[in-house]
Amino acid sequence: MTGTLAELGIAFAKVGFIMGFVLNLGGLMTWVERKQSAVMQDRVGANRASIFGLRLMGLFHPLADALKMLAKEDFMPAGADRALFLAAPFVSVFFALAGFATIPFGDVLRVGGREISLQAVPLNAGILYVFAMLSMGVYGVMLAGWSSASNYALLGGQRAAALMISAEVAIGASIMGVCMVYGSLDLQEIARGQGAYWAGVVPKWGILTQPLGLVLFLTAGIASTKRTPFDFPEGESEIIGYFIEYSGMKFGMFMMADFVETVVIAGMTTALFLGGWQVPWLFADGFHFPGGLVWTLPHLAVVLLQVGAFIFKVVAMCWFLMLIRWTLPRFRYDQAMRLGWLGLLPLAVLNIVITAGILLL
Amino acid sequence: MPTKTVLVTRQLPRSPRQRFYLVEVLIGLRVTAAHFFRNMSRWLTGGKGAITYQWPEERRPLAPRLRSLHRLVRREDGSPRCVACMMCETVCPAHCIYIVAAEHPNPDIEKYPERFDIDLGKCVFCGYCVEACPEDAIRMDTGILEFSAYSREGMIYSKEILLALEPAGAEGLPTVTPPPSLIRKGLD
Repeated sequence: MTGTLAELGIAFAKVGFIMGFVLNLGGLMTWVERKQSAVMQDRVGANRASIFGLRLMGLFHPLADALKMLAKEDFMPAGADRALFLAAPFVSVFFALAGFATIPFGDVLRVGGREISLQAVPLNAGILYVFAMLSMGVYGVMLAGWSSASNYALLGGQRAAALMISAEVAIGASIMGVCMVYGSLDLQEIARGQGAYWAGVVPKWGILTQPLGLVLFLTAGIASTKRTPFDFPEGESEIIGYFIEYSGMKFGMFMMADFVETVVIAGMTTALFLGGWQVPWLFADGFHFPGGLVWTLPHLAVVLLQVGAFIFKVVAMCWFLMLIRWTLPRFRYDQAMRLGWLGLLPLAVLNIVITAGILLL
Repeated sequence: MPTKTVLVTRQLPRSPRQRFYLVEVLIGLRVTAAHFFRNMSRWLTGGKGAITYQWPEERRPLAPRLRSLHRLVRREDGSPRCVACMMCETVCPAHCIYIVAAEHPNPDIEKYPERFDIDLGKCVFCGYCVEACPEDAIRMDTGILEFSAYSREGMIYSKEILLALEPAGAEGLPTVTPPPSLIRKGLD
């Protein structure tokens, strides 16, 4: 009985960690977006929100935003499909959040005779699960576009669906190479596989074994988050998009879904290409440096280092995705379609062929 | 009448490298990342990593010749130097100056302005009034740029306000603000 309870507690703790991490990082991304874009453009950025005169570099702005959105009028167009209109933002956020479940944030933790795999849901087809969740997220967007009873929203939802299809195919094909190299669909196994070394020095991370795969995955991944180089489903400033009829916190949920998807893509890139929770030359019993130097560490320190490395990599990836978002202008609808079908997909297939050829040799 | 449609397409010639995107994307990322790290290192070393001014706490220096809010120059006894000659009112292209002249007790001065109103909602800040004045009685050197009101009447600044203003200090920044108690809320 206590065993079952403990199992349950462990499961809840893992889910709690992942949810806390993803939600907080997603919320923080609104602040990062403002401040990073400001620093990139020689500005200061939002810094006026204050509590008792305390500004903390504008860290209260996400809080002020949430308050503002909660206080806004919750508007629904007269002809809208009530149930679907209400469900759409929840669908979007739910699938974005669920996507992170199989991404491992550490190796096995041994506590009190138990072996806990640091992964919210240990699934042997974890990659497929993440992509299933990511592509399910587009249902929320399409529902929003359709149920709004607005032609602009409908067109926006249609653009989002078209983008998702062309990105999803390329995203699936681009990670095939990774699955072939590490011989598994389980993200934990892939992360473990990246702990091997060439000549005992260079770690076999996905970024080195699958450089083309990384570029293709990142491109298609950014497309699936519907953020700036590929933000024509939204196009807030002129062509407007699927959430035009949404206001208040429901609109906020769509925004949050975008940020959470960015975190998920950052987590996936980390797990597949940046070695996951691996720290270079850190093994289960401590550091084994290439020169033969060994620095033994206790188990808990190793696990903490791994989790810390994973968080660091995800945050760095979020920074990089933000850098791309504030550097590139928007692709036109037809340009993005062309890029997806005539650029990414053939290159992804080529990547598979080359990878297979090298693996056979 | 048959119309002829001319289709104009502007297709910039693009090199293979540009058509490949990736290299150009990396060049763009290098530019923005360079800005990010340069500004970030300035912030972290206690400097300022932005070229913007944090108005209103931090004000941009103004050029000494900038035409800002008008002021009426005072005599030593505090009365206006203006002799109500109507030169500025006449030259004003926006007709924003309104003067009512009155007899001055001193026969050497002859007249003084009983009322001297400037409607800043109409003023175009051309500075002709300053140039036309034979007595150097009106100047536009206060450095005050922020004056606003909730009504058109509030934009009419009277003699009392204009006399209370002072010339700008260092870096062309204002030394006084127009006293809100003197700004009229409506017409008399």
